[in-house]
Amino acid sequence: MADTAITVEGARKRYGEKKALDGLDLHVSRGTVHGVLGPNGAGKTTLVRILSTLVRPDAGRIGVAGHDVVTEAREVRFRIGLLGQHAALDEELDGRQNLEMFGRLYHLGARHARVRADELLSRFGLADTGRKPVRTYSGGMRRRLDLAASLITDPEVLFLDEPTTGLDPRGRAEVWASVRSLVGGGTTVLLTTQYLEEADQLADRVSVVDRGRVVADGTPEELKSRLGGDRIDVVVRDAGRLDAVAALMRAGSAGVSADVSANVLADVSVDADRRLLSAPVTDRMAALARVVRALEEAGIEAEDVALRRPTLDEVFLHLTDRDDRTKEAAA
Amino acid sequence: MTAYVLSDCWTMTRRELAHWARQPVRLLVGLVFPVMILLMFGYLIGGGRGVPGDYVDYLVPGIFALTMAFGLEGTMIAVTQDLNKGVVDRFRSMPMADGAVLVGRSAADMLQSAIGLAVLLAVAAALGWRAHGSAGGFLGAVGLLLLFRFAMLWIGIHLALVAGKPETVQAVQILVWPVGFLSNAFAASESMPGWLGAVVQWNPMSHTATAVRDLFGGPGGEPGHVWAAVAWPLALLAVFFPLAVRRFARLSR
Ligand SMILES: Nc1ncnc2c1ncn2[C@@H]1O[C@H](COP(=O)(O)OP(=O)(O)OP(=O)(O)O)[C@@H](O)[C@H]1O
Ligand SMILES: [Mg+2]
Repeated sequence: MADTAITVEGARKRYGEKKALDGLDLHVSRGTVHGVLGPNGAGKTTLVRILSTLVRPDAGRIGVAGHDVVTEAREVRFRIGLLGQHAALDEELDGRQNLEMFGRLYHLGARHARVRADELLSRFGLADTGRKPVRTYSGGMRRRLDLAASLITDPEVLFLDEPTTGLDPRGRAEVWASVRSLVGGGTTVLLTTQYLEEADQLADRVSVVDRGRVVADGTPEELKSRLGGDRIDVVVRDAGRLDAVAALMRAGSAGVSADVSANVLADVSVDADRRLLSAPVTDRMAALARVVRALEEAGIEAEDVALRRPTLDEVFLHLTDRDDRTKEAAA
Repeated sequence: MTAYVLSDCWTMTRRELAHWARQPVRLLVGLVFPVMILLMFGYLIGGGRGVPGDYVDYLVPGIFALTMAFGLEGTMIAVTQDLNKGVVDRFRSMPMADGAVLVGRSAADMLQSAIGLAVLLAVAAALGWRAHGSAGGFLGAVGLLLLFRFAMLWIGIHLALVAGKPETVQAVQILVWPVGFLSNAFAASESMPGWLGAVVQWNPMSHTATAVRDLFGGPGGEPGHVWAAVAWPLALLAVFFPLAVRRFARLSR
């Protein structure tokens, strides 16, 4: 228990008929980054709002930093930082006024609150924003100030709800760097995102959430390998030959039929725009050798033939795509 | 613990004051409206029904009370707008005292009302109105008016928390007028038909207006009403203050 920073067991929350959370379970170890991945409406924000004591769950046992979010909300609030999906700042005040105000509300005392505000402003590159009200800030500046506000007390547990949505690549890299340095300092981070790259970059473990439940979890590597391991990609020069290559890949070759499983690429998908054919493989080297040989024999020019692991994107789509799942259920 | 409650309330009051500093015009607009009402009813429409003595002496305290009642609407709008701001989420995720956000709002609104009342008194004096009572009576009258405003303020906060949507704000904006006018602010209740007179006498605002008239030493005052003018606002506060604080703590939970 002592090494678990966040415990969620059977969390439920409904809004009218809509089940925002439908029996969600989650455990996050202290000092780790946990990614929560899910499509729009999966329940990510609802989860974060329950964890940060803003919303009361209908059912479930939910603990943060060793305290119950319903019965010990105040204890929890002393130990968390929240970066919500939307900016939680006073738009009419400037950055320093905002941070000082929050510092006072954390009872740092007037002088300490001022010092802390200055520290955070310079750390997040906002020291020269002067008296401009937050209303006039760019999206990136606002996000950085919001993040600074959530770090005023060096929280034990930090919640980041889509921290980089709407940021340009530079802004994103800055937020990522901040998160990494925080984790170095022992903070536990729960971060929701729709960017799989973000989870891959930052998270030690990932929970894929769909319709208010966790549909898969593990390390990013585990999730990738769970989707049938490696794939072979072939990019052809001439789009007209796509079908011919697909046929070659599927056909298997009479000469090596002894090892059917390695050679038959049954599930070839074709992406005409990118002139790309892709198929899952079990025996990597045999499949590669056979595809290269078959292309050579047929005299078809390939731009690229490569083995690769599935991207987290594919895992995500596979796990949350509705059509896909009903198809599987039917099979 | 208590020290934190006070410091949180003070921090939230400072926030409202910082907003004023950013947008002084908003404060000014709030001060102009009651002056307009005073000018309109005192000098354009004139002559109330069944009013003993000089009408301006009768009317001015009534307008003071009416202005305090209309404050309800201003508070409700401000709280409704505030609740739709993202920053409330941050406040609620922090270990601050439950009612501090609301207390900050009420402190700022009270300060604005006190300034507004001072402006009204100055304008009324410039127009020839005089308080005839003692200095103590004058302060007592101002105190009763602000107490009434304080009660209206917490009703406004509670309404905003219970039904804070732009549509409901509009409904309250419209309803405030008949409630304000179903009082003896403009005309004596004795001059009204029986049932209407009864409603008007019962209206807490009428008690405040009558008590204030008495303390200012003008026409239409009756001494017995001071107690009602203290008791009514206190009773309203005893109901709406805890309701509002509780409601805020449970907001969207
Ligand atoms: N306050 C609310 N009232 C009514 N329905 C709500 C409320 N909050 C969330 N929902 C519903 O609950 C479901 C989950 O919403 P939630 O905001 O948690 O999803 P999300 O994963 O954060 O989505 P997004 O990626 O779009 O931010 C959605 O269907 C949403 O419409
Ligand atoms: Mg969301």
